[in-house]
Amino acid sequence: MMVFTIAGTELRRMFQTVLAWAVLAVVQFLLAIFFFMLLWKFLEPGTAAAARGLTDIVVTGTLQIAGIVLLLVSPLLTMRLFSEEQRSGTMQLLSSAPISLTEIVLGKYLGVLGFLLCMLGMIALMPLSLLAGTALDMGQLGAGLLALGLLMAAFAAVGLFVSTLTDQPALAAIGGFAALFILWIIHIAAYSGGEAVAAVFSYLSLLRHFDGLLDGYFSSVDVVYFILLIASFLALSVWRLDARRTYH
Amino acid sequence: MPQDTLIAVEHLTRYYGAHCAVSDLSFTVQRGEILGFLGPNGAGKTTTMQMLCGVLAPSNGRVTIAGHDLALDPRGAKQHIGYLPEHPPLYYDLTVDQYLNFCAQLRRVPSAERAAAVARSKHRCGLEEAGGRLIGNLSKGFHQRIGVAQAIIHAPAVVILDEPTVGLDPSQIVEIRGLIRELGDVYSVILSTHILSEAQTVCSRVLIIDEGKLILDEPLAGLRDADQEQVFVIALRHPPPLAALQAVAGVAEVHAIDAQRFRITGRAGSDSAVALSESAAAQGWGLYELAPSAGTLEEIYLQLTRGEPPAPDAHP
Repeated sequence: MMVFTIAGTELRRMFQTVLAWAVLAVVQFLLAIFFFMLLWKFLEPGTAAAARGLTDIVVTGTLQIAGIVLLLVSPLLTMRLFSEEQRSGTMQLLSSAPISLTEIVLGKYLGVLGFLLCMLGMIALMPLSLLAGTALDMGQLGAGLLALGLLMAAFAAVGLFVSTLTDQPALAAIGGFAALFILWIIHIAAYSGGEAVAAVFSYLSLLRHFDGLLDGYFSSVDVVYFILLIASFLALSVWRLDARRTYH
Repeated sequence: MPQDTLIAVEHLTRYYGAHCAVSDLSFTVQRGEILGFLGPNGAGKTTTMQMLCGVLAPSNGRVTIAGHDLALDPRGAKQHIGYLPEHPPLYYDLTVDQYLNFCAQLRRVPSAERAAAVARSKHRCGLEEAGGRLIGNLSKGFHQRIGVAQAIIHAPAVVILDEPTVGLDPSQIVEIRGLIRELGDVYSVILSTHILSEAQTVCSRVLIIDEGKLILDEPLAGLRDADQEQVFVIALRHPPPLAALQAVAGVAEVHAIDAQRFRITGRAGSDSAVALSESAAAQGWGLYELAPSAGTLEEIYLQLTRGEPPAPDAHP
């Protein structure tokens, strides 16, 4: 109950910032360009692209690029979550209220997740607009949207944790970006290690699990990976805020 | 008025790393008391208040609010606290109504009573006209009032205010002090201040802390009665040696503040002020100022903290 109160206020406050609207607009604009380019490539006669099917080229391609664009912009959305509360002292309002730190963290997380789901809805409109002229592989589209949704949820959890580490929103943004980027490409580290190391690193990589789902293979390993990642970063955030209260 | 203990603090201690900010503080607050928290900057006032509200966890010791242990039953204890930190915890991108509604929800005011609670709180703090305005567009005085409104919205048993009158203009200060006195009739109020006259006019009891230690815990009424001596400050253009001042009839003690100013303590029942002005005129000391000292509390404060006096009535 209290979680939704905090989430609602967080979401309302996000929509009152220029940054949130600008991020929505820029993401939509960039993806529209890529979407158009992919569609153009598909329609060009005689290329190999056409043979792979509309969904595979245009829909999956757009969602793949959406993942990269979100890697860049989601730290901007999560940077304020706790760093600004600590900086402006409003954290004292929450921590003196009869609610637990877990409720505060979950509330803020659901708030930013609500915003990201709006973004996901807007992104989904682009592939769905193709339905006006042709049929799509709805299974692959569904798996792709699920992949992007889970990716957003993971980005939000990591960003939320980083914003509990510092009072400076800008620092939280750059730190969040660094953390996400490392998680994104960590499978590269696997190439130089032994077999066991390689297995660990490639399991940790966000990109591997994202691509797997995007191709339409719904594998529970990928879904469990995202859920574990989200849960552990949220738990770390609660832990970190409690430590701040005790040792700061 | 029932005499029940709303806050009990036992051996409260807080370390920041190796630095001890609050050391072994124990006191209780009864219903209907207004407790003033005095001390120089960095004495540990804010740290203590944050520990009472559960914002900071104490390194040692126990806080009990209205019978609930803050560490074991934080939800039950925090339900009875309203807290205004030093900087009002406001979301500048919300309107006053949105913000107060959110605070009422956070404090678990039942939804049926929420609108009434917000209206009552706004009325008490003079915010009726400001409801639809964005907090970020309002002045510092309004921010402070919204902060107070937020602290009393759920009618808590204990209201904790950290320097509530900073940044207000004189008429707003009078209003807020009136409000604090009103709150003191029903609830317990703890307020910290560096303005001694404020503690003297508003509080029923004062705690003075210095370097994290409690050095005085006394009802103000008792302090006033104890004061039978007259204390005043004189300023002389051509001051004589201290011994000459000491020799004037009725003077018990002389303390040089600077080259030209002296704090004089007169014996009870004597007319030392008259005697001094007469000697000054007769011997050409050039008396240009003679003022009663700001009062008992300041004397005690200076004695106890042995530091610079805080400005008696300095409003920024």
